[in-house]
Amino acid sequence: MRPDLTQPITMDTFLRGIWRENPVFVALLGMCPVLAVTNTATNSLAMGVSTLFVLIGSNVLISMLRHFIPKQVRIATYIVIIATFVTMVDYILQAFSPAVYAALGAFIQLIVVNCIILGRAESYASKNAVLSTAVNAAGMGLGFTLALLMLGSVRELFGMGSLFGVPVFGESFQPWLVMILPPGGFFVLGSWLLLFAWWRERKARKALVEEAAHAR
Amino acid sequence: MNEQPMVFAEPKAPSSFLLVRVLGLVALISGLLIVLIYQWTLPSITEQRRLALEKAVFQVIPGASQLTSYVVNAEGVHAKDSGTSGPALYAGYDAEGKLIGIAAEAAAQGYADAIRLLYGYSPECQCITGFSVVYSRETPGFGDKLVSDPAFLANFDALDASLNADGSALANAIVTVKHGTKTKPWQIDAISGATVSSKAVGKAINESAQVVVPAVRRHLNTEGRL
Repeated sequence: MRPDLTQPITMDTFLRGIWRENPVFVALLGMCPVLAVTNTATNSLAMGVSTLFVLIGSNVLISMLRHFIPKQVRIATYIVIIATFVTMVDYILQAFSPAVYAALGAFIQLIVVNCIILGRAESYASKNAVLSTAVNAAGMGLGFTLALLMLGSVRELFGMGSLFGVPVFGESFQPWLVMILPPGGFFVLGSWLLLFAWWRERKARKALVEEAAHAR
Repeated sequence: MNEQPMVFAEPKAPSSFLLVRVLGLVALISGLLIVLIYQWTLPSITEQRRLALEKAVFQVIPGASQLTSYVVNAEGVHAKDSGTSGPALYAGYDAEGKLIGIAAEAAAQGYADAIRLLYGYSPECQCITGFSVVYSRETPGFGDKLVSDPAFLANFDALDASLNADGSALANAIVTVKHGTKTKPWQIDAISGATVSSKAVGKAINESAQVVVPAVRRHLNTEGRL
């Protein structure tokens, strides 16, 4: 049994997963689905929402059971719970959206080993109350979904000239095939990281200049 | 003075029984959840699979309104539940009960993975009338042109699959040729840039048709039904 360190729920509980601790752009976690299934905006959204569902469901259950799970068997328990929710997503997608299921293929099952989910379970759900866990997991899941969408939209836009399957550029557009192939994933991810790094550095430089101005 | 060494109390490990009990309980909850979802989604999943298959079959046998499923192997055509194993075969009939086409499953190694497809055979013109891809992992932009390239699809308007004199095999093996070199009605003109995928389609159809077409001809009765 572990000490309960429930933190009060603030806006930050939710927002940190989207911005300050974004699993993809800041923590660089879960790179396998990030690179593999973001070739279209639709696939990205489906993958993001599936992960969001597994993240909230499994972490809420883990948080509910946190006082009963001895630490010696916690990882085994977490994996069983996560796998349960992944199986649920698997069946639901097969039943209601076979096209998306076919496009995502094995990556749905691979959500079991997504380190974002196990990481949240170990570092948050096992120490916090149910509501706080749900809010934090929702933020993290949304952050992951947004990041996937940011990659998927850019790749589909340039790689197929469409967005969510709707043509954008018209007939004469020659698609950049490389964008929907694996190298395109690395390229777009790198570009986003570059943009964020540049933005962070600019902010830091501004802060430094201001500090110097105040010191004078 | 002899100093006592400091002794830290080891936190007592929980008994194995407790660990087993917790794991058992969690597995029980998981099992229940999965069974619930499985029961709930099963009818939809079965329905979706049937729809997908039907869509693929109707795509390669245009005009069909009823389907009958069979299994085909070297010995011939068998009813689906006869206990024989082999690739699936579907016979499509129109509203008056006239056989208008056969759909059969075929597969061959493509560029990335095996390509599985369903092709249509018309006993009337003794030709392959079309195909649809059931499973493919071919390169986007190249290999997936199989189902979208109009010039490639034109190969299957009437791809010759007539039988030889004794009806034991195709008179001419269906073969994929290099882009722009098709001269015979049993040849498939490959897609430029997707030769491997095009060849896989030709190979899959040929291997399957060599067995299926003779078997179907033998089983057709005088009214032209299987």
